[in-house]
Amino acid sequence: MTNQISTQIVDLRSNPVRELNQALHSLSGGGSSKHWRVLHPLGAHAVAAGLDADVTVEIDGDVGYYCAGMNQRAIVIVNGSAGPGVGENMMSGRIYVRGDASSAAGATARGGTLVIDGNASARCGISMKGIDIVVKGSIGPMSAFMAQEGTLTVFGDAGEALGDSIYEAKLFVRGKVKSLGADCIEKPMEDQHFRELFEKLKEAGVAHEIDVTDFRRYGSARNLYHFHVDNAGAY
Amino acid sequence: MNETIRIPQTRPRFSATFDEYTLSEIRRAAATGIYDIRGAGTKRKLPHFDDLLFLGASISRYPLEGYREKCGTNVVLGARFAKKPIELKIPITIAGMSFGALSAQAKEALGRGASIVGTSTTTGDGGMTPEERGHSSILVYQYLPSRYGMNPDDLRKADAIEVVIGQGAKPGGGGMLLGQKISSRVAKMRNLPQGIDQRSACRHPDWTGPDDLEIKIQELREITDWQKPIYVKVGASRPYYDTALAVKSGADVVVLDGMQGGTAATQEVFIEHVGIPILAAIRPAVQALQDLGMHRKVQLIVSGGIRTGADVAKALALGADAVSIGTAALVALGDNDPSLEAEYQKLGTTAGAYDDWHEGRDPAGITTQDPELAQRLDPIMAGRRLANYLSVLTLEAQTIARAAGKSHVHNLEPEDLVALTVEAAAMARVPLAGTSWIPGQNGS
Repeated sequence: MTNQISTQIVDLRSNPVRELNQALHSLSGGGSSKHWRVLHPLGAHAVAAGLDADVTVEIDGDVGYYCAGMNQRAIVIVNGSAGPGVGENMMSGRIYVRGDASSAAGATARGGTLVIDGNASARCGISMKGIDIVVKGSIGPMSAFMAQEGTLTVFGDAGEALGDSIYEAKLFVRGKVKSLGADCIEKPMEDQHFRELFEKLKEAGVAHEIDVTDFRRYGSARNLYHFHVDNAGAY
Repeated sequence: MNETIRIPQTRPRFSATFDEYTLSEIRRAAATGIYDIRGAGTKRKLPHFDDLLFLGASISRYPLEGYREKCGTNVVLGARFAKKPIELKIPITIAGMSFGALSAQAKEALGRGASIVGTSTTTGDGGMTPEERGHSSILVYQYLPSRYGMNPDDLRKADAIEVVIGQGAKPGGGGMLLGQKISSRVAKMRNLPQGIDQRSACRHPDWTGPDDLEIKIQELREITDWQKPIYVKVGASRPYYDTALAVKSGADVVVLDGMQGGTAATQEVFIEHVGIPILAAIRPAVQALQDLGMHRKVQLIVSGGIRTGADVAKALALGADAVSIGTAALVALGDNDPSLEAEYQKLGTTAGAYDDWHEGRDPAGITTQDPELAQRLDPIMAGRRLANYLSVLTLEAQTIARAAGKSHVHNLEPEDLVALTVEAAAMARVPLAGTSWIPGQNGS
């Protein structure tokens, strides 16, 4: 590790992920360096996972599975693409992926914001529980499956079975939706929804990039909230 | 001369195939159009530990003195990779049961009882409550497909992490917590509206298959700085391969739950027809560990129908490092107690058979979120009963181990056992009593 004036630089070619994460975890009690730069991640898994500190970690390159998993408070920027489960179960903080994200981006996450500049693969926002996800490209099939809380905003298109078995999460899609999953319906976009979407995009720092009136809203029909035999065919 | 000839009548004969229970289930299904959901584990008769016997000491084996000579019962879990393995004083743990399925009082009682005797309890679907953490000296945090209440702070507070792939009552199945048990607190913990039926997923949302599991375990270790033991729990179905894959994925401990293991709510057809009995699952799992050179290095916890110290001793003799109890622990707390018979009758059942745990109307105050019913359970008294029961299980297992000449319950071995039935002999891979025949072994 090289100590520069204000930025800690960690090269993962010479330092293992374990060492990086241990150092980042030690910041929970408050550390001096607020900005970290990670070089040559080369698809490593669990990079910057489990952070709980007011720190910015910038990763120059592609990461493997579960980058910034269970993040709390930290800002994690991936200057590359991310493997499956980026920001899974995030609680708070922000994650920016400058490239594409693989499957299950933001899975089960309970808070914070995840912004993906490129596309996200299948099951984006699966079982999400409060996170706000913004995908500037398109998302793959089965996204927002059993999504409970939070928002998923997609500038591009959505794959098949969007929002299957969705609970109370809110989905905003600008492009085409290939198909909706069980119990997911389009809902009218009213003033309050435009305002809500604008606020979410503002928080994500991308409100200026897009016109909220271009989006359509999807959510739960709430028909499957209580198991009933007449709905068996929907499952 | 008229003589009346009396023709003997045959008695009405009931079908063995269409027995009384089966007929009632056909009528129920015809009336409702929906399958039956219930709690608990399989109720059918299965090859079980009752079909095994210990040989005890003889001329060739030397027993230990009861009440005098030491017979150890401690077990260390997680020494393979975890910086902080846990040590239990007894080889009997409390299985994962959720706050939501159980009342807060019941969870507290489990924590109190287990802590008195120096063993662990386990959270369930729905996350960790402060009461549970507070009353459990050793707490295992379940990491489940639904991730309800999943929180990295709780992960760090736990003493061990159990990645749940499946459970014995329903290998391959998820769950459903019905709306009547979704109180505002349960709903808030799970990020879902109050009063709706909550589906617990059957697959993890962010990984599939053993290669992914290895990476998921790596993530959990990274997040907890490699301190916590990581268990992998599977329902007994393909125990040899599941155990081998769990070891390959980096598990410290494998938890193997037979089909007798209970559930909070699952379809009857699932409980009774999917998975295999624990008796049939232990030896293949142990075989996998032995083939990999990991027996006693990766610990094996088995569960599903453990009731007595004899069951504990038999499971350990077959190669397990510890056992886990769920249903028996609830009974020790007061579940299905005959003193509540009048109330069970009102629910259309009887003490000992009550299994509609999902409906939340448990008169014992255990499988409910109704504040009035839950208040009936005194967590201190119930915890004491559980501690007593765990002590008895331990004493019984020690009694048998001493009789077999073992100074530690882990020294029990398959050679100490024989089987009463051909089936049990084949499954447990021990000889049929009075013979040297192990069906399926050595070409027989």
